[in-house]
Amino acid sequence: MLGNLTFSAIPTDPITIGGGALMILSIATIVGLLTYFKKWKWLWTEWLTSVDHKKIGVMYIILAFVMILRGFSDAIMMRLQQVLSVGDSTGFLPPEHYDQIFTAHGVIMIFFVAMPLMFGLFNLVVPLQIGARDVAYPFLNSMSLWLTVAGAVLVNLSLVVGEFAATGWLAYPPLSGIVYSPGVGVDYYIWALQIAGVGSLISGINFFVTILMMRCPGMTLMRMPVFVWTAFSSVALVIIIFPILTATLGMLSLDRLLGMHFFTSDFGGNAMMYVNLIWAWGHPEVYVLVLPAFGIFSEVVSAFSQKKLFGYTTMIWATVAITFFSFLVWAHHFFTMGAGANVNAFFGIMTMIIAIPTGVKVFNWLFTMFRGRIIFASPMLWTIGFIFTFTIGGMTGVLLSVPVADFQLHNSLFLIAHFHNTIIGGVVFGYFAGITYWFPKIFGFKLNERLGKAAFWHWIVGFFVAFVPLYILGLMGMTRRLSHIDAGTGWEPLLYVSMAGVAIIGIGVVLQILQFIISIRDRKKNLDVTGDPWNGRTLEWSTSSPPPFYNFAIIPTVHGRHPFWDMKHGVGVPQEKPSYEDIHMPRNTAMGLYIACAGFLLGFSLIWHIWWLAAMGIFGIVALVIIRSFDYDTDYYVPAAKVAKIEKARTK
Amino acid sequence: MTKETLIHHNAGARNLFGFWAYIMSDALLFASIFATYAVLQNNTFGGPSAGDLFSMPFVLVETLILLASSFTYGLASLHAHHHRNEENCKRKVIFWLAITFLLGVLFLAMEVFEFTKLFQEGAGFQRSGFLSAFFTLVGTHGLHVTAGLLWMGSITAQVIRHGITERTVNKIAALGLFWHFLYIVWIFIFTFVYLIGAI
Amino acid sequence: MTNDFKVIDEQYEAGRLALRSYVTGFVLSIILTLIPYFIVAKHMLGNQSLIWAVVLFAVAQLLAQVVFFLHLSKKSKPLWNMVVFAFTIFVVSFLVIGSLWIMYNLNYNMTDTSPSKTNEGHIPQ
Repeated sequence: MLGNLTFSAIPTDPITIGGGALMILSIATIVGLLTYFKKWKWLWTEWLTSVDHKKIGVMYIILAFVMILRGFSDAIMMRLQQVLSVGDSTGFLPPEHYDQIFTAHGVIMIFFVAMPLMFGLFNLVVPLQIGARDVAYPFLNSMSLWLTVAGAVLVNLSLVVGEFAATGWLAYPPLSGIVYSPGVGVDYYIWALQIAGVGSLISGINFFVTILMMRCPGMTLMRMPVFVWTAFSSVALVIIIFPILTATLGMLSLDRLLGMHFFTSDFGGNAMMYVNLIWAWGHPEVYVLVLPAFGIFSEVVSAFSQKKLFGYTTMIWATVAITFFSFLVWAHHFFTMGAGANVNAFFGIMTMIIAIPTGVKVFNWLFTMFRGRIIFASPMLWTIGFIFTFTIGGMTGVLLSVPVADFQLHNSLFLIAHFHNTIIGGVVFGYFAGITYWFPKIFGFKLNERLGKAAFWHWIVGFFVAFVPLYILGLMGMTRRLSHIDAGTGWEPLLYVSMAGVAIIGIGVVLQILQFIISIRDRKKNLDVTGDPWNGRTLEWSTSSPPPFYNFAIIPTVHGRHPFWDMKHGVGVPQEKPSYEDIHMPRNTAMGLYIACAGFLLGFSLIWHIWWLAAMGIFGIVALVIIRSFDYDTDYYVPAAKVAKIEKARTK
Repeated sequence: MTKETLIHHNAGARNLFGFWAYIMSDALLFASIFATYAVLQNNTFGGPSAGDLFSMPFVLVETLILLASSFTYGLASLHAHHHRNEENCKRKVIFWLAITFLLGVLFLAMEVFEFTKLFQEGAGFQRSGFLSAFFTLVGTHGLHVTAGLLWMGSITAQVIRHGITERTVNKIAALGLFWHFLYIVWIFIFTFVYLIGAI
Repeated sequence: MTNDFKVIDEQYEAGRLALRSYVTGFVLSIILTLIPYFIVAKHMLGNQSLIWAVVLFAVAQLLAQVVFFLHLSKKSKPLWNMVVFAFTIFVVSFLVIGSLWIMYNLNYNMTDTSPSKTNEGHIPQ
């Protein structure tokens, strides 16, 4: 009746129970608060069924912040285990549990923190920057969000019902095959990613079409803000690479569910093909994440140097080059698997080449700062911190791109330090800068600067204290993913230093949480009344903070790369009184949420082999999609008079 | 054109372009499975190989049926796009959609027959890496065809209900992209799996 | 609009051209299917040449389908359809060819060719 699901699925070890209890308590608290303050209807009509890109963006970012707490807890536990489990001591985590923690850490950080932050920022900013009223497919936008949430729910559910994968975040077979991972862990992994992956793919298509077809009049491609260009490159990559992930995980699930032999050790399977395909996805994926961060830095460095971005054209060409080359380097993730000198040489050289356009970008940012009048606000601190940190990480990447060096360093802590260097220094710092920069636009008030700066300093100092020891340990020969250190390696002092670094970052995270709380408390004092808190150049700053739900009462016409700057200085501003027209807007709908629920049920039932429920899940998804396609009443018009009223209230 | 028409026209172009982008992603999905098939095609693990299993005339008939369905869909699409103002337009569109649907069902029936026969001969997908790849590649294509047929039924119902409008024409165009794309994928399955398998 | 004869004539002309496109594509595809079928069925060439031949015919039929059924050509607007298509072809080619190259090398270097270890083994008792 319930497949393989029995009461034995509930964990019995104290740490898992503790984590699970904490999670359930948090959910119960939120449910309780919503009930007490009678906010369910508000939540439903204003948020859960919203197709407004600004609201969807906020929800993505909330998801990311919730999941970063879990991902960071995993990191703390990993570091703690490695300082405690030395020689005769075995620490507090048995190996099977430790393995699930480092797997969950990677999966959560990439799929449920970085990707949601990215799509969240795209949602918040891209339509406003191109002078559009929404994205191309508002309903699909909502559905993508909820599919991502469904994936996250599955990952979190694995903590209390069953187990998670213990294979590393990419789940290589044969370890991830049914023979060596007979439990449900790998299945939770597969279906969480498959469901969230569909959301990402559709979101990618959404922004691709939005950017190409919904720019306001006058905004040619070479007049788009740099952030929009990087968003465009990023989603072009998403559209192309996510099907590779879907196919590969699909084949792994066929091996597990139906006894096929794609990646098994016998019967003609070839596990190396999995490694090949998963990295054909995996490498472009990291460029998906970092390119928008580069775009944010371009915006921020210009605003806070009070200067136009240096070298717009070369920036764009560098971005396109990186996008193109990111497809040609993937084998550098498995130099040691044995493809031989010719293959390794080709991919090694390609990897080195990709550092060149990245270097061009760094120089352009530096040249923007040169002779600028720099304001050291927290977004700028994150940016300067990024330039310093990411450049080091990039250089260690070039080191690793030399196959002979990689043979020594592959899967050592040197590798771990390298990719955290680039991901934290690039992606995390970038998205934090973006959130701080655009927060006032979305919420109408600025974040507390003092706490923001304090958080930054803790993050950057903590980062170096945590990861420089790992570089050294890697060179000393320490492998990744060790749950126990033998006596006499001499690694312990550096592991202690690294632990201290994590603690410093932890304080940074607490400061960020505090920053949100205090900023909300003090919001009336930090109101952004003009809509332009940073003296910006691009269109989003021309709207009120927050913008009206339709973004622009009148779609602007732009004449250059800095349309709002032009408007502020009298260029291209219509002199006559504006005449408003009816505005065409999409209706809210619960269909996206319902489809995601059916998707969640399908994933859960496939994990536990509850076949009747799986059939219902498939039927549900198909039925809901068809029902939605029959619905021809999906939009409405806001009367011009109402628009006029809202606009008039702004200028009061 | 009224403003309404302009908005729907733009939305139509937007939808079609977005669907074209989706087709590109589907191409990558098939490419991944194709690459895997290419790598595993000789991994028969002592079991039957492509040359042992596939019936060429059968596959030729399958191919021509699917090709014909692609053509008949083109006829449905043509009537919807260009003969909108003719009297029997709606009926002609539904007629050609129905023919396409029947051809699609025939194609799937042949495929199910082939799969069943392979299983009965002991050449199921659990037998070897080669057979896993074969069933998955051809099966994924078949699943896409099934989805296309479901979609076709849904569109036909909407055409019956609303007639040939801007909205239904757009849907017919999108499904057209999908249906032609599925035939293109089949060309490569026909060539690389069946023809090259027989060499 | 139905009273505007010019519009009807234009639509009709466009319809005829579209019909011609579909019929041409259909006939071409049938030919491009039958030829490779028969040269393989009758084994008219050596193995290597056969493989190249059928691949060429497949690519030709792909082009026929893209031009005559999908109406993708230099004249089609928006041009982005073509750019997106070209980019996809590039990535598909690189993924497939790159994977085959890598896997060929991996299999060569990493597979023990003694009979007990290859994939030509038998199901153990």
